[in-house]
Amino acid sequence: MSDYLDEMDHLADDTDPTVGDLEIQNFTINFGPQHPAAHGVLRMVMELDGEIVERVDPHIGLLHRGTEKLIEHKTYLQALPYFDRLDYCSPLAMEYSYVLAIEKLLDLEVPLRGQYLRVLFAELTRICNHMLNLGAHVMDVGAMTPNIWVFEIREQCLEFFERASGARMHSAWFRPGGVHQDVPLKLLTDIADWLDEFPTLFEDAMSLVVGNRIFKQRNVNIATVSKDDAVRWGFSGPVLRGSGVAWDLRKSQPYDVYDRMDFDVPVGTSGDCYDRFMVRVEEVRQSARIMRQCLNEMPDGPVASNDRKIVPPKRAEMKQSMEALIHHFKLYTEGFHVPAGEVYVATESPKGEFGVYLVSDGTNKPYRCKIRPTAFSHLQAMDFMTKGHMLPDATAILGAIDIVFGECDR
Amino acid sequence: MAHSAPAILSNSGVAAKLGKAIGAALLNTVEAYGEISFTVERAKLATVLDKLRDKHEYQQLVEIAGVDYPDRPERFEVCYHLLSLTKNHRIRVKVSTDEDTPVPSVTHIWEVAGWLEREVFDMYGVLFDGNTDLRRILTDYGFQGHPFRKDFPLTGYVEMRYSEEAKRVVYEPVKLAQDFRSFDFMSPWEGADYILPGDEKVGGEAPPPVPKTTEDKNDTGAGDKANKEAAKPSKRDEANVKKPAPKRTKSGTQKKGEGK
Repeated sequence: MSDYLDEMDHLADDTDPTVGDLEIQNFTINFGPQHPAAHGVLRMVMELDGEIVERVDPHIGLLHRGTEKLIEHKTYLQALPYFDRLDYCSPLAMEYSYVLAIEKLLDLEVPLRGQYLRVLFAELTRICNHMLNLGAHVMDVGAMTPNIWVFEIREQCLEFFERASGARMHSAWFRPGGVHQDVPLKLLTDIADWLDEFPTLFEDAMSLVVGNRIFKQRNVNIATVSKDDAVRWGFSGPVLRGSGVAWDLRKSQPYDVYDRMDFDVPVGTSGDCYDRFMVRVEEVRQSARIMRQCLNEMPDGPVASNDRKIVPPKRAEMKQSMEALIHHFKLYTEGFHVPAGEVYVATESPKGEFGVYLVSDGTNKPYRCKIRPTAFSHLQAMDFMTKGHMLPDATAILGAIDIVFGECDR
Repeated sequence: MAHSAPAILSNSGVAAKLGKAIGAALLNTVEAYGEISFTVERAKLATVLDKLRDKHEYQQLVEIAGVDYPDRPERFEVCYHLLSLTKNHRIRVKVSTDEDTPVPSVTHIWEVAGWLEREVFDMYGVLFDGNTDLRRILTDYGFQGHPFRKDFPLTGYVEMRYSEEAKRVVYEPVKLAQDFRSFDFMSPWEGADYILPGDEKVGGEAPPPVPKTTEDKNDTGAGDKANKEAAKPSKRDEANVKKPAPKRTKSGTQKKGEGK
């Protein structure tokens, strides 16, 4: 033994007291593009020192489809279904910003029932989205059961979308001027029944994780973001609120009938992954509250504007009226023209501020339609948030910022 | 205001107040649709945005959007959308630039600008002076060109596929079975700038006639003659032929083929 120590002593010098592994190199790995915890196609080049993350360089764009360019070549109505395909976990919330932007340029009034239906289904979308995200988040940090339970709730939400629009996910149901079709009364009563039922399952699933020691160990004090940092990094939605900024566009810049709704905006205290998770859990409860109010207050009446230069007539009307037939033909070939100008309209999507910057040149096609994705700024801060944490924390952080690549890459 | 889009705080007096604050750098102010846009001098952009953030409470940079106007001498417009969380207000600040002149980067004011500038660079080729990480972001590794420019075709120039021979993904010039059809809905009296067929008789040059030709047989869509077996009517068809058509009432009689 003493021989060995002598030898080691000889090897080490004053400037470099380590022995053995004289050179320690950082390890660079690829996280993704195919990784179950990457929530899609994300490639992150990570520099690791042991298991500590030193640097993250997210490479995005693997799902870039040029949506904004395609929209420039379509009429306003033809461009609408592209929005469903952005954030395919909450499609109606994507359409919302776009139809509001068109309505703002046209200064088009939406009948009250149309507004209530849009708010009702936007909140249903929020629940649907959060079911996916909360489930995926707990699964990313190792719990299996809650995910399977909340997926059942998500499936019920998708059934409601199907009954309203005919499509489970890509509804294309919000239209400039209102919604495409009215919903049957039975659907509304079923939603009301469901609002009484689903909280039991939801609370059961959440009770498995919110107080769970392992879940807390994986999330509390992971990726803590201060208020100032959250603002400077352009955060929005539950991530911004998780950091303690009480900012919700539904409250501060209400659109449609959100100003009539009574709901609370949950905020976090420490800005870590656990707070972001808990903000979403509370948002589900608040969304259910908004939906109940919608169902109680919703008036009868038309669901879309009666301006026949923008909203096409119903088929039954076309069988009777020549004028309706002409309007239908013109609207589905040429489409409507939108006055020249530019607007930026942002709504509170389940993931944050989803904005549409619409530039019109007075023709029937958008001149430019810039989409402001929520995930873009959150993902950019990945390096800042992950630095100094362990590699497995990266999945918890990704789960807590709720990214979907259809929207991030457009 | 009939629409139900998000309502921000009133604009009254804001344009004048901020215009004064921006000072000499201000080139133009537009207030339309309840939104205020300031066009400012490119060189002073960073100072203006810094002032708006620190003195006028526009804390958040929400979005940087590029827009291409090929007719203008400085064809690109870069729009910065600012949000004030405390005043509950949004404004837009614009600068214009061309392919070669860089816009000062604002990454030192807002970290979020890093990727937003990268996106504008990727899509439009606008350069940002001071952004240390101006790589492409959304397009493919090794992509050439800037796809959102108006003169970039919608289809792009290359398409890719997995080649079994080369055992890798190969890029090839894009081939389309059918051209992308873009319909022009501008009426001649609304400012279409082409001559409609027949108008050349009144004056002006007629477009040279382009005869529709097919270069080889496959293009016609006819192909080779179907073989004899296939040309025979099938049993089901025969059954249909033999069956006498149900007699119609006198008003409903129609000659065959008239319906087309």
